Order: sequence, then structure tokens, then C-alpha cells
Amino acid sequence: MSTAVQEARRGAIRKPPQVEVLRQVLPAPERYRNPIGRYKVVRSADCMSCGQCVKLCPHGVHEKPPGYRFTLRPHDHLCIGPDCAKTDHYCVDRCPRHALSLLRNPTADVLGDPRWSSDLILATWYEAETGHAPQGGLEYRQGESGGGFDRLRFRFPEQPPREVARPSGSRRDPADRATEIDTSLDLNRRNDGRPQVHIDIPVYGGGMSFGSVSIHAILAKARAAVAWNSFTCTGEGGYPDRLAPYDDHVITQVATGLFGVREETIQRVRMVEFKYAQGAKPGLGGHLLGDKNTPDVARMREAIAGNALFSPFPFHSVYSIEDHKKHIDWIKEINPRALVSTKVSTPADVDMVAVGSYHAGTHIVHLDGSYGGTGAAPDIAKKNIAMPIEYAIPKVHRFLVAEGLRDGIVVMASGGLRCAHDVLKAIALGADGAVIGTAEMVAMGCTRCGNCESGRGCPRGIATTDRELIQLMSVEWATQRLINMHNAWREQIVDALRRFGMKSIRELRGRTDCLSYLERRDERERAYA
Amino acid sequence: MPERYHIHTVPTPARFRRVGKFGTADWREDCSRCKNCVKVRCVYDLYRSEAAYNRDAAAPVEPIFECKSCLSCVQGCTKGLLSLTLNPAFLALGDTYWRPDIIATTWDQAESGRIPVSGAGYRGPFSGPGFDSMWTDMSEIVRPTRDGIHGREYISTSVDIGSKPMRLDFDATGALKNGASLLEVPMPGILDAAPWGDPSEAIVQARVRAAAALRTLAVVPARYLPAVAVEQRRCVVPLFGLPGTRSTANMSPAEANLAQVRMAEILDGPNTFSTANELWGHDRRLLVSVRLPLRPDAAQRAQELYEGGISIIHLCADHQGRELGAERPRFIKDVLREIHGALVKHGVRDEVTLIAGGGIALAEHMAKAVICGADLVGVDIPLLVALGCRVCAGGHASGCPARIQEEEVAYAAQRMVNLMGAWHSQLIEVLGAMGIREVRRLRGEVGRAMFLEDLERDAFKELVRTA
Repeated sequence: MSTAVQEARRGAIRKPPQVEVLRQVLPAPERYRNPIGRYKVVRSADCMSCGQCVKLCPHGVHEKPPGYRFTLRPHDHLCIGPDCAKTDHYCVDRCPRHALSLLRNPTADVLGDPRWSSDLILATWYEAETGHAPQGGLEYRQGESGGGFDRLRFRFPEQPPREVARPSGSRRDPADRATEIDTSLDLNRRNDGRPQVHIDIPVYGGGMSFGSVSIHAILAKARAAVAWNSFTCTGEGGYPDRLAPYDDHVITQVATGLFGVREETIQRVRMVEFKYAQGAKPGLGGHLLGDKNTPDVARMREAIAGNALFSPFPFHSVYSIEDHKKHIDWIKEINPRALVSTKVSTPADVDMVAVGSYHAGTHIVHLDGSYGGTGAAPDIAKKNIAMPIEYAIPKVHRFLVAEGLRDGIVVMASGGLRCAHDVLKAIALGADGAVIGTAEMVAMGCTRCGNCESGRGCPRGIATTDRELIQLMSVEWATQRLINMHNAWREQIVDALRRFGMKSIRELRGRTDCLSYLERRDERERAYA
Repeated sequence: MPERYHIHTVPTPARFRRVGKFGTADWREDCSRCKNCVKVRCVYDLYRSEAAYNRDAAAPVEPIFECKSCLSCVQGCTKGLLSLTLNPAFLALGDTYWRPDIIATTWDQAESGRIPVSGAGYRGPFSGPGFDSMWTDMSEIVRPTRDGIHGREYISTSVDIGSKPMRLDFDATGALKNGASLLEVPMPGILDAAPWGDPSEAIVQARVRAAAALRTLAVVPARYLPAVAVEQRRCVVPLFGLPGTRSTANMSPAEANLAQVRMAEILDGPNTFSTANELWGHDRRLLVSVRLPLRPDAAQRAQELYEGGISIIHLCADHQGRELGAERPRFIKDVLREIHGALVKHGVRDEVTLIAGGGIALAEHMAKAVICGADLVGVDIPLLVALGCRVCAGGHASGCPARIQEEEVAYAAQRMVNLMGAWHSQLIEVLGAMGIREVRRLRGEVGRAMFLEDLERDAFKELVRTA
């Protein structure tokens, strides 16, 4: 046995100095010149630049910087729309020259799909830009899919049953954010002598491999995870060297392709994840189409550039729960301080899978529902194989409770969780926390055009390894966008808990009595409680 | 190792005009002619190809709508002149069942012959009517798949058409009286005519040619039979009993030359049994299928047909997969479960072959129809969509775009083969995920599917609030 391995087994692997990232909300405006909003505000040539609109608008749509003769083109993505007409600062009516007009932005109407509605994408962009939930009517709590989370509503009491935080004047008051409401989770419930791992928000980032996304996206995710004391995951594309300064917030994924998995990458982290299946393509292995397998990616994966890489399904060394235990024991032996997470998808017997994983020794079972995923997947698999996460969470939670095992394992849910309210709903259905992927991509500027899987990859520089395209997005900007989004989400989580009179996110777990499920498909007509 | 079934797909660009989804609208009056125009920097180089296309004198005067909606130009333009728009012609494709996205993906598959793959997760509604209210299962670690784990090259997609006797009968001399007469097709789909008929004779020829390449069957009105080449007759299922006069639409078994033909089909009507007997008089081993319109009494009629000695029943729903002539039509998946269940209950399921037709629009529908109890499906409209059909159900004012000419038969057949190749690959994907090694075992295997109503009840029953 080499000295390095011996050292590692004593828990003494040498790590590079770990980087700190400040958890602070800073404006991170759209990196393109024209941000997209629900509305367009058009200024005609009649404008005489009197500055009236600048004085009126509290949302910052109109701007005339000092020394400028003309008012700038309106920042119309900040406009709250026709509802503004009810206020005393509606610029369209108050413009002395009637030079302003307001219309819906046709581009916003084209954006999005039923799962990720136009509003949800725009709201996530807003959250990533400002760090707070949007005002002015953007629906940031649900999509338009007509089922699952989009038909679940919280039943908030009129008054919180108990006062857990000072009622806030303004949600943006920093003092209010320092509430005593606790959104953190402990990820080790096994009492097995391994270290406790604590995360400050009930959310961590899902696996997106080097190859599927750019190194900038990977680093931004890791830096945001450091800022929020949470985690990001390598995905199955190996462990890029540039991630080393963030080792304490990285989960090494061991997936069926075993790309880039080495003892050293398992030893340097606090958590290791086995990916048995993934929601984007349950029952199939990972896909990296040949175009994206560039020489850099191929080197990391010890593969040949230009070849499509299809990971097998399932682990060909795991045909039973005993085999699964053998895998977990292997990781635990290689890294004595690591926690183990088991990522599975949602077949009809997902409850049995979870219990089996518990008995095999996993700390976390990570359920990835069928509607999620960011990576390349056959359309038929995304839509049809395995059940949506909304059904899997209560099934697993109830079975674990019935088996008396619920407090010995952490259940993380993912696969189509788009916003803070989806996270809250998942927890109320019985999960401990959530893993997100697409929401992070959207925060970094994804439009969900879905062309990331082939060719040069993402035309906006997120899910690409093209050397030119990755320059479209900087690590610093993307980091700040993610930090801001997590702040907005945490504010919404805290707000919801306060309304339920709960002191901790842990109190919400399994509280299905806080939810109602709309029977008819009239959720759009129904006011949000 | 036995020979593998392989479908030879060849990229075949469309000869019809595709209708794209996105386009950009552009307010050129405000353009400042700046030097960093986003149009030049389009990652897909779309503007330049569109400009080149517009200069092509032979090309129609329309935008090409190939935009992939990445919004880089909309967001990057110096003056913000560009907006993204949906092509209204795209939204007008198809109908409520044959949605524009289904038509577009069918075009893609017929062109490439490959499985459609995309990034960024699922983007459709949570669930829907019909086949969209069920999911196929997959196998996880705890329970290795029932059939064991196999590579996809070991998955069989063959199915049998014909009756499997439940026991063997022998005559006094000890000779077998009722040996099985089965026809094996290598994929659970046969090629059928659209409910509104074939737009041109060349389409019939293309369908036969595609069926021969796929080693499956093509249902063809019997009057076309004389025109079919001898080597392709094994793949042809002549359809008898169509309404109409002899000279235009119909042909009786007596007039048809059934040499080489292995299976024939009769449109259900008052003469079904006499026509069947006529066919058997011709060739006792001929497989005879009855095309049964899916009316509310179809289950009972299927039972009568079975008792009358018909072992192959081709159920035909309307083009949206619904029952015909019912006040509140059920979807074919529900009717299939009923008919399949009744046959199982009577202990005769293996003596009958069920072919499900109508509303089979995507590869997933093939798998789901089999799960609900069909042995195989009839693929009809998608074959026309592969050639440019927009599912206007015969109402296309300017002539059907799928009405191909004699000289385009090879092109049309290849598009059909490509589409079926893509479907076949997708079928193998879901079979692999389900851990099922052959399609025969998927028939009626509802345990490998999850139905919306069951999942809703289990997960949310206690949470439902109507108030």
C-alpha cells in the first residue's frame, strides 16, 4: 500500500488551501445588453428628456445619468406592467409629451414552456440579478405544467400560530434576514462516528459534469456552494484540478461510466455520491455526445476525443442491495471521513430502493424524479420513464417512517424543482432537502432552448466546452448570480416558515397538512394563499 | 448468435418545406448600422444562411425559421431591435392531438433516422389525456430486472401474428391437427394506410417498399395488389371488404392473386365471415385479420370474431385514438386494457393477436399500447407526416404535401424506414430501462407502467381540497 493511500486512510490527505467566498448580495445585472422582461416600455421621439419619468419610477426603469442630455433607453425588464396604472407613478399617463407606451414583450411570450414558464424563467433571472423575489406580478412560485407541484398550494394560516421572528416592515431589511429561523440541515443521521456535515440551506447543487457544462459554470457553482456553506457535485466527468480550492464543498460523483474516478478524488472530499440513475434519463446511462467531447474533456475522462460517451446502465457490478453495500463499503474504506449519498431515480418501487440503501449504509438517499435533468437525454426518456418526483417523495417518506428508519437517513429530492416554493413543497411532502440543477443554469442565463447537447454546445456559454463560447460567461458574474438566487430562495423559505410559525426547516418535513392539492385544473384562476 | 435485426437508416433531407418554430422580428428603421452586429455573430450562422437562401432565385420567398431561440441576438443587439416570435404557421400544424411538436419531431426522425435527443430536461405539461397519463417503469438497483440485465443488442423486438393453440390436438392417426401458423415480424408495428386513405398510389408503393426493408407488413387496399412486385408480396397485407364499386375501390378475394401473400385483412362488415372463408378456400394457411372499427361494442364484436375463428383483430380507433360513435369516447389505451383483460379472463389471450391502430403518433405510444394489451400497433399517419403531411385530415387546400410522385418512391420509402428506425431504437431504450428483454413479454404488462390515477390517489388523496 502506498504511503499516500495510507495517509489518506488516516484522514490526512494534503489539501490545497481552501478559498473563502463572501455570502453577500450584490447586483449582478444581465450580461447581455438587453435584459428581457415581461413588458416593453417604448420611448418615442416626442420625448423632450424632461426627466419626469426618472423621478416617478421607483423600480428604476427610467434613468438619466448626471451630465446626460437624453434619458436612456428604458430598463424595461424592471417594469411591473399595467398594474402600475393604479399607482401615482405610472409614467405612461404622467408623461407630459405622451412619449411613453407600454406593451407586452413578444419575446417574453415565446420564452419558456409549461414546466418552466416564461414567468419562472424571468423571475429566476430577477432573483439572480437582485437577490430577492420579484415584485410586480411575475409568478415565481409555480409553473404552468398543470400537475404535481403546480397543483399543490400551501395552506398558510391567517396568523402564524406562534411568533418566531419579528414581523417585518420590509423584506429587504437586512436586520430581518438575521432571523432566528433555521434553514440548515445535518447530513449525517447515522451516528456512525463519521463527521457531521452541516449545510446552511436545505439545497445543494446537482451533478453537472465537466464536458456537459463549462469550467466556468462548475467553478461558479462551487464558489456559490462555499458562500452558502452547501455543496456542488462533480457529475461523472471527473474532478478538474481547478476545483481543488473548493474541496470541502464538492461532492465527488461515482457514476456508472466511472469517468475520472480515482482514489485521490474520493479522498479529498467530504461527500461521495453514487449515481445509479438520473431523472433526465432513468434507466439509461449518462450521455455526452461526440461534439462536446473535446480534447480537454477526453483527457479528464481518459477517453478519445470526438467519440460520444454513453455510460452504461446500471452499475454492472451492482445487481443487489448487497452489491450496493459492497460499493459503499469501498468508499468508506478509501475515505474514512466521507459521507455517502446514493442517487437513484424513481421507479414504482422507489420506496424499497430507499430502505435498501439505508441498510447498505448510505447517509443520504437522493431521489431524482423523471422530469428533471439538465443533460442530453432522449426525449422519450425525459417524458415517459419513471415517475415524477412529486409522487416519489411521499411514497418514500411514508415507507421510511413505517420502517422506523426515517430519522436515520436524509432524503434529498430533485428532478424538476424549479423554485423556492418547489423546495418547500418537496420538504412538506417528506424530503429533508432538495438538489437543484436547472434553476442554477437559468440563474446563469440559460433560456432553456435545449440545444446544449450537440454541436458547440450552449450558445450562451454555460453548457459548452467550446473554447470560444465559454468566454461568454465569467466565473465572478456567475458566482454572484447563484449567490443572489440562493439568497432570494432563502428569504422565501424563511418567510414561509414564519407564516407557519416554524423555527426550523426541519419542522416542515412531512407536514402534508400544510398543503392542499387542487382537484380541478383551475390553479391559474385561484389566488395563491 | 442469431442475426441481429438492424434497420438501415440513411439521412434523407426533406423535399417538402419544413415549418420552423421560431423566427426573429426586427425593427430595422432604428438600426444604427453599428460594427458589432449580432447577426454576424450568430452561433448557428443563421442570418447568413438565411440571406444566402433569400438570394437563391429558386427558393420560395419565406423566412426559413431555423432559429433555435437562444436569444443571444435579441439580447445582444446594440439598439434592442430584435424580438423572438413564434411562427404562426408552426402553431397551426396538426390538431389538438397531433400537436406541432409531434409533427416536428416526426420530421426530424424521418430525416435522420435517429433518436431525438435534447438537453435541459422535460418541457411539456405534467400529464395529459390519452397516452400522456401513464409512465413506463424502470429498474433500480434493488430488484435487478426480471429478465436479468442485458445489453440492448440482446433485446428482441419481434412479435408473432397468429394464433398460438392452447393445447395440441391430434387426429386418429396421430397427426397434429392444429399446429400454430405464426408470422413473426421483427418489430411490433405494421405499416397502415391513413384513415382518410392514401393520397397517391406512389405512397402505397413506398409503404410496401418500406415494409419490405423493415421486414414487417404493409396494409394495402386489395386493388393495388396486382401492381406489387412479386418479391414484395410477402410483406403485403391486402385489405378486402372496402366500400365502393369493384372497379374503383374494391376487389374480391376471387379476383386477387394471393400467391406469396401471407396475411390478408377484411374490413369488418356483414360479409366478414364469408370473405374469410373465401380467403381460406384459396389458401388454408393464410392468416386472416379483421379490421374492427373501435366502436363501443368492439369488445363484444371481438369476442364474436374469436368464436367465429378469427384470430387476428386489428382495432382501429379514430385518428386521435378515440372510440368511434360513442357519446363519451374512451381512449384506445383504456379500451385495449378492457379487451385484453377480457381475453385473459377467458383464458384465450394467446389465441388472439390484437393490433392497435389509430392515435399511434410517437414511439412511446407503440410501447404504451403494447403495455395496455396490444401485441403490436398499426402505424398510419406518422408515415405520411414523414413525407410532409401536417395532419389536416384531407383538408389541405393547396394539395397534400405528402402526395408524392412515382419517381419519389425510393425517397419516401427511406423516410418511412428512417422513422421506423428511430422508433425502433426508442422502443429499445424504454425496454432497456424497464429491464424487459423482449416485446412479447411487455404485452399487457401493466406492472411495468404507472398510471396517473393510481399515483395521484397514492400520493395526494388526503390533500385534495375542492373548496
